Amino acid sequence: MINELNLTDLNNLAYILACVCTIIGIKMLGKPGTARRGMLISAAGTLVAVVAVFFDGQVVDSWDASNVLRNGYFWCFMAILIGSVIGLVWAQKVKMTGMPELVALFNGFGGLASALVAFSSFYVLYKADGGYSYDAVNDISTALAIFIGTITFTGSMLAWGKLSEKVTGRAIVFKGQKLINLILLLAAIAAMVIYIVPGFDNFTLVAVLTLTGIALVFGVAFVLPIGGGDMPVVISLLNSLTGVAVAMAGFIIENTVLIVIGALVGASGVILTLIMCKAMNRSISNLLFSGFGATDTVSAKGPGAEPKAISVEDAYMILEAAQSIVFIPGYGMAVAQAQHVVRELAEKLEENGAEVNYCIHPVAGRMPGHMNVLLAEADIPYEQLKTMDEMNPTMQMQDVAIVIGANDVVNPAAETDPGSPIYGMPIIKAFEAKTVFVLKRGKGRGFSGIENELFSMPNTLMIYGDAKATISSLANEFTME
Amino acid sequence: MIFLLLLFILIIATFLGRELISKVPSQLHTPLMSATNAISGITVLGALVVCAANTDDTLILVLSFIAIVLATINTVGGYAVTDRMLGMFKKKDGKK
Repeated sequence: MINELNLTDLNNLAYILACVCTIIGIKMLGKPGTARRGMLISAAGTLVAVVAVFFDGQVVDSWDASNVLRNGYFWCFMAILIGSVIGLVWAQKVKMTGMPELVALFNGFGGLASALVAFSSFYVLYKADGGYSYDAVNDISTALAIFIGTITFTGSMLAWGKLSEKVTGRAIVFKGQKLINLILLLAAIAAMVIYIVPGFDNFTLVAVLTLTGIALVFGVAFVLPIGGGDMPVVISLLNSLTGVAVAMAGFIIENTVLIVIGALVGASGVILTLIMCKAMNRSISNLLFSGFGATDTVSAKGPGAEPKAISVEDAYMILEAAQSIVFIPGYGMAVAQAQHVVRELAEKLEENGAEVNYCIHPVAGRMPGHMNVLLAEADIPYEQLKTMDEMNPTMQMQDVAIVIGANDVVNPAAETDPGSPIYGMPIIKAFEAKTVFVLKRGKGRGFSGIENELFSMPNTLMIYGDAKATISSLANEFTME
Repeated sequence: MIFLLLLFILIIATFLGRELISKVPSQLHTPLMSATNAISGITVLGALVVCAANTDDTLILVLSFIAIVLATINTVGGYAVTDRMLGMFKKKDGKK
């Protein structure tokens, strides 16, 4: 028979193993070739930790053979079963264009779970002893886990609504918004102080419930002024907050796995947020508080020359003679579901002896790296997917740049027009290519409502119409040869 | 003191996270996000402990039961969808 001490040691060893697996998993995620195996290792680590927790002293004590409804194992297994089935079905059903929504939704679930863990452990203490653990660390962690976890939950739900267009994607700003947010924050701090500082024994439950209520509102208030186009950054940031909530929950139950993983996730979210901000040349505070995209922005310059349009047949003649072609896809391509026909056209071009590449802007799509996944789904090999920094120096050598459903990320105003709202944002220098095709549905302005002078440049040719139809008729022209 | 030990772990892990994540190329950022999202479902450990230890209190049982379900959806769904995505990344020769 294993005695209690040995069991605890074994548990801790299992937790260390789980952390090691997760770290190795993330390390292997650094290369496309090893990423998938890395995630398997990481998942195995999570499984080890979950199995180990069933040998944890508190859980073992809950075994009750006489009454199944009092048996902790029964409830734990039921909950895991339900969660696994829902999770698996969801993961199978989601479309790749819908990935950002799914990540936002799952992220909200994770945040709420951490908040619930914190609230439940508070309530256990409250019933026993008025909510005091007589341990400041425990109280502070509890308050923070509830606050951050709840903000993550409502914030992620709103982000999910904005991304799936269940609510308007526009930034919503109103007078006094910053003031209201400040008051909410101060009230939250007051509630935390009342809970944490001894002396308000009768108010701990009220304080914790108030804190939860404020956090519910604050999560919404925090995402409300951020426009749909900036959602990639919001998801990264919310992801990071979940990590912090997990680490706080780790302090409450004194579990090292939660602390290590919470810290990893927290750091990951912050780094991705900063990468996104850099790619848009905006500071994090500008992004969070300015309400970018809330109003129609008008370029400082008037409209330039009328864009030149060409037919598919003429475009084909140019493509047939081209030796090097670069596709510049934006989210519009995914919306038009054009990625499969793009691959078909690319194959035809390669058979014709041309070199084909894809240049992806860091903020193209609705989450970091989203375009890569959408193109991978269409079986486009990942070696052909180039970053902006790799592609820009060779842009002058490209015979044709084909812009599909992208707008701001190729707008030269970011380099030339100090009055433009996107001035200073690093762009793909499509305009340097010998010829630029812009595939566009109509003559209107893009998602952000900014005038794009690329369209009226002398080397730019517009092909109006549905991107998918245009590309497939181009591919057909090659077949008919 | 156990708190200082845990704080030490937190700080070291944050630096480790920074090192690990900044080496992930931008083309893998979506799987990275969905992966870190999945692993953050590890909070299920906390939910399991609280749930098992409090089966006699209906409120706590209900709350922690919901927490386990949500965290499991987060973990299982997150890993499954990450795997699905990574399965799509193919090399030029057509094989993974």
